[in-house]
Amino acid sequence: MTIPSTHAEIDALLDQMADSIRSQLAGRQPLLIGIHTGGVWVAKALAQRLGDYFFEGPMGTLNIAYYRDDFTRIGMHPQVTPSDLPFSVDDRHLLLVDDVFYSGRTTRAALNEIFAYGRPASVTLAVLVERNGRQLPIRPDIAGASIELPEKQQIKLHNSGGLHLKLKSTEAENAE
Amino acid sequence: MQSNQLTAQGQLRHFLTIEGLKKPMLTEIMDRAEQFSGITQRQVKKVPLLRGKTIVNLFFENSTRTRSTFELAAKRLSADVMNFNISTSATSKGESLLDTLHNLEAMHTDMFVVRHDQSGAAEFIAQHVAPHVSVINAGDGCHAHPTQAMLDMFTIRRHKTEFHNLRVAIVGDILHSRVARSQIQALSILGVSEIRVIGPQTLLPRDCQTLGVHVYHDMDQGLKDVDVVIMLRLQLERMKGALIPSAREYYRCYGLSPEKLSLAKDDAIVMHPGPINRGVEIASAVADGPQSVILEQVTHGIAVRMAVMSMALGAQQQETDA
Repeated sequence: MTIPSTHAEIDALLDQMADSIRSQLAGRQPLLIGIHTGGVWVAKALAQRLGDYFFEGPMGTLNIAYYRDDFTRIGMHPQVTPSDLPFSVDDRHLLLVDDVFYSGRTTRAALNEIFAYGRPASVTLAVLVERNGRQLPIRPDIAGASIELPEKQQIKLHNSGGLHLKLKSTEAENAE
Repeated sequence: MQSNQLTAQGQLRHFLTIEGLKKPMLTEIMDRAEQFSGITQRQVKKVPLLRGKTIVNLFFENSTRTRSTFELAAKRLSADVMNFNISTSATSKGESLLDTLHNLEAMHTDMFVVRHDQSGAAEFIAQHVAPHVSVINAGDGCHAHPTQAMLDMFTIRRHKTEFHNLRVAIVGDILHSRVARSQIQALSILGVSEIRVIGPQTLLPRDCQTLGVHVYHDMDQGLKDVDVVIMLRLQLERMKGALIPSAREYYRCYGLSPEKLSLAKDDAIVMHPGPINRGVEIASAVADGPQSVILEQVTHGIAVRMAVMSMALGAQQQETDA
């Protein structure tokens, strides 16, 4: 299966996403929140496309490490950049951005964390790539691309000289 | 005493003493504490990290600050906390320490936070608990108080950023202070440029120089050009042993007055692990003054204890899985 991987292809996806976001959230003075690390890159790219006045205030970043459901399995994550929501989320429309949507567990954790800060009016989820493998009744509102991948394959966003996606086999990683 | 506080992977399984730890570990504790300190500003001051874990505060010796900040730290991590104050009357019922422990273990406890008036008590307990239990030392006799030392390091780092160019003075009853012992170890591991201890001969350990510190009996000389002044509580009960002539005499020689503080650097910070004896080791004007960070230390105690608790239980988890 061909996946959008080059800078140009990613740019096209981001343009498309920006259009959908504009039509869904215009006039609602949304606040922008990116999930570490890839979601923050995507959120920045979207903010650039939507212009200075679309989102109210600075971008927030979430690190969901302390809200994950796998602490009892794998313990603490090695390094965690703290979350930073430099605004009140109460009664606001939020745009939550992540790079890849897979099981839905990251989104679940992010929602829990957001609610620790307050009670937003709504949360819209935008992701660059939605892949198969959903495990929870949660799905993105806006997705740049939807792709089918074998279970053993991972897709990961990289940011070296521009955003690009890479496929990785989890078996290969174990063999390393 | 061989402390087995690290896992085979070098992670913190128990936290018993600063001694023997490496700089990256101390830095990790402070970095984690930094991440946790933000949680206090949220509407819900809690993260679900330790949900379902049971933590027992096992206090064989009185404490207000330490016990309550451990309790709050555990609650902010969503753990269940039980406070167990073991007075001398309870032990007189005849149950041995180990029997008490095994009973608490039977309640499926994941962590003991231990304070005891005997040096080595936490270590002893760590050696005897079931493999799935972590032990945190909340002060044992004159031996160690590692979380206090780490919250002090965290407070220093918040104000001074770097450790290598710092001159730190610890003033008072070093001999009986587990806090001072842990602080000196932490400061040397973090590589401060100079550690001074200031106090009368009778309140300094005999082997002071071997700790890598400079000894001063004259406070005016000792405070000159320091960046951090750490005052220790004068344990009034020690006066019975005639180690110092009187509280007033002690204040005259080793109390931190505004005049004495002016000998330190202009931006020096003043710390004290509490409880403070106003007018005995520190003047009210200093304790409440602009250079004092004493109450910040209390606040930081929560984040540092959250860091240590989650690290120990996280390491525990990985070890069980391995």
